Amino acid sequence: MSDITKQSLTELVENIKIKKLSSTDITKAFIERSEKSKELNAYITDDFTSALDKAKKFDQKPNLDLKLPGIPIAVKDLFCTKNIKTTAGSKILNNFVPTYESTVTENIWNEGAILLGKLNCDEFAMGSSNETSFFGNVQNPINKDLVPGGSSGGSASAVAGQLTPITIGTDTGGSIRQPASFTGTVGLKPTYGSCSRYGIVAFASSLDQAGPMAQNVKDCALLQEVISSYDTKDSTSIDFKRNKYSKELTNNIKGKKIGIPKEYRVDGMSKEIEDLWQKGIQYVKDCGAETIDISLPHTSYALPTYYIVAPAEASSNLARYDGVKYGFRAKGENLIDMYEKTRSEGFGAEVQRRIMIGTYVLSSGYYDAYYLKAQKVRKLIKNDFDEVYKKVDAILTPSTPSSAFKIGEKTNDPVSMYLNDIFTVPVNLAGLPGISIPAGHDSKGYPLGLQIIGKAFDEQNILNIAYAMEEKINFKNKITDWWIK
Amino acid sequence: MSIDLKTIKHISKLSRISVDERKAEKLASDLNSIFDFIEKLNELKTDKVKPLTSIAETTLKLRSDEVKSKNIREQIIKNSPQDNEDYFVVPKVIE
Repeated sequence: MSDITKQSLTELVENIKIKKLSSTDITKAFIERSEKSKELNAYITDDFTSALDKAKKFDQKPNLDLKLPGIPIAVKDLFCTKNIKTTAGSKILNNFVPTYESTVTENIWNEGAILLGKLNCDEFAMGSSNETSFFGNVQNPINKDLVPGGSSGGSASAVAGQLTPITIGTDTGGSIRQPASFTGTVGLKPTYGSCSRYGIVAFASSLDQAGPMAQNVKDCALLQEVISSYDTKDSTSIDFKRNKYSKELTNNIKGKKIGIPKEYRVDGMSKEIEDLWQKGIQYVKDCGAETIDISLPHTSYALPTYYIVAPAEASSNLARYDGVKYGFRAKGENLIDMYEKTRSEGFGAEVQRRIMIGTYVLSSGYYDAYYLKAQKVRKLIKNDFDEVYKKVDAILTPSTPSSAFKIGEKTNDPVSMYLNDIFTVPVNLAGLPGISIPAGHDSKGYPLGLQIIGKAFDEQNILNIAYAMEEKINFKNKITDWWIK
Repeated sequence: MSIDLKTIKHISKLSRISVDERKAEKLASDLNSIFDFIEKLNELKTDKVKPLTSIAETTLKLRSDEVKSKNIREQIIKNSPQDNEDYFVVPKVIE
């Protein structure tokens, strides 16, 4: 059994297609391992019983033409799943059972996959360490004391710990790429508009994107192919020609021009990250690509811009949680008192902080100074990328300024927590695709990631570069199964 | 700039989140450190920059106005903290 969970998604699909494994074999293996892995706290809700039923049903009449035939998959608990509790990691949605399915998960089930359960995340995806979840923090399979990153921390932990062959997360400022980097896995944030936002609990609507998190680039490409679709239910979904990402995947990146932005060499960045970046530059050169020094002059303004735009959108999106139509309700003396107590008891500290920031920057007298200013700087940041993409095909940077940090290390200092997303946030602000791949280890043996940023809708190109680099890097995750007794 | 307790109380009212004194003090200190960090944007002159209004420069598509999900009243009401027949129930608004 145990070797089933070690297989990549691509291997599992192949083994189902040649009938070497059944959906039941695979589903059982992942359920067993998930049950032995409770200490990781990766799941909020499991759906194991019904997953097994679905697997048996699949095996009775297997449709092997599907892309994910009978493959069990656990997903971030930010995706609405019909008739399965969806909490967004929050007390305020602790008892919420959606009456509809998100488009992205629907796409996965339509290709034959089976829901294993819902994975832990930072509350409303607000966090970089999975410590803001109402359902407790998640452990990093790399080491007991480490955070898995966030907000898709449960997803990253579940893929690295082999509790699910693959998963989907969401990324508003780095929530797929940063935890991927912290756990030695691959995470792709697609172009804004590539994956439908319908049925995803909203955080910051102009930044949110769903994307795959996987053990390797090929698996990531396959899931991206399945989840990306034009959807009339999301008015920002974009109708463009989508590639068959996994079929068209190639490690031939000869002649590609890859930009190295000098502004990403930030103050206080460790030598280990710098060395990793240099190694990455060497790898792409070894693959026949050319590197070009570039400048993205407004990079250092990205995080301050993000901490206006994202909370502003969040304060508006989260206004719906009022204790009336669904979710948690606190007792109040009158209607207003009920609203105020519901939101005070139902939201955690980080979410309240961000609602407050957002409310403030949008409030009368402050809108021009903050929100409008931020939208102008956001334009400058986007212009920086537009300019460099006249010269290069993609950009190579580190994914994070450090490896995974210790649980509790940054919880008391919001700004130091926010600095984690320094390399990932500009990508969201400009609506571009970005992928993090594991590229090495630091001196403590913790994984480090490199990020490849692409032009809008050019997922195929960054997947190809990642695929070529992956072969050269030959990364092996050091996981000892310490949590399994 | 500095966000004082009075401002915190005002924002808390606008956000419909009740805060007691202790929480207000913690929020003031957190928000001040976050806004110190945000102030960096003032280094940039942006008078002539047009604000970004949409990340994807596409126009919204029209669709016909059709009812697609019917008879889901019961399902929706099922998630409410308190209901009566087909109505959501809230604390009394008019005395």
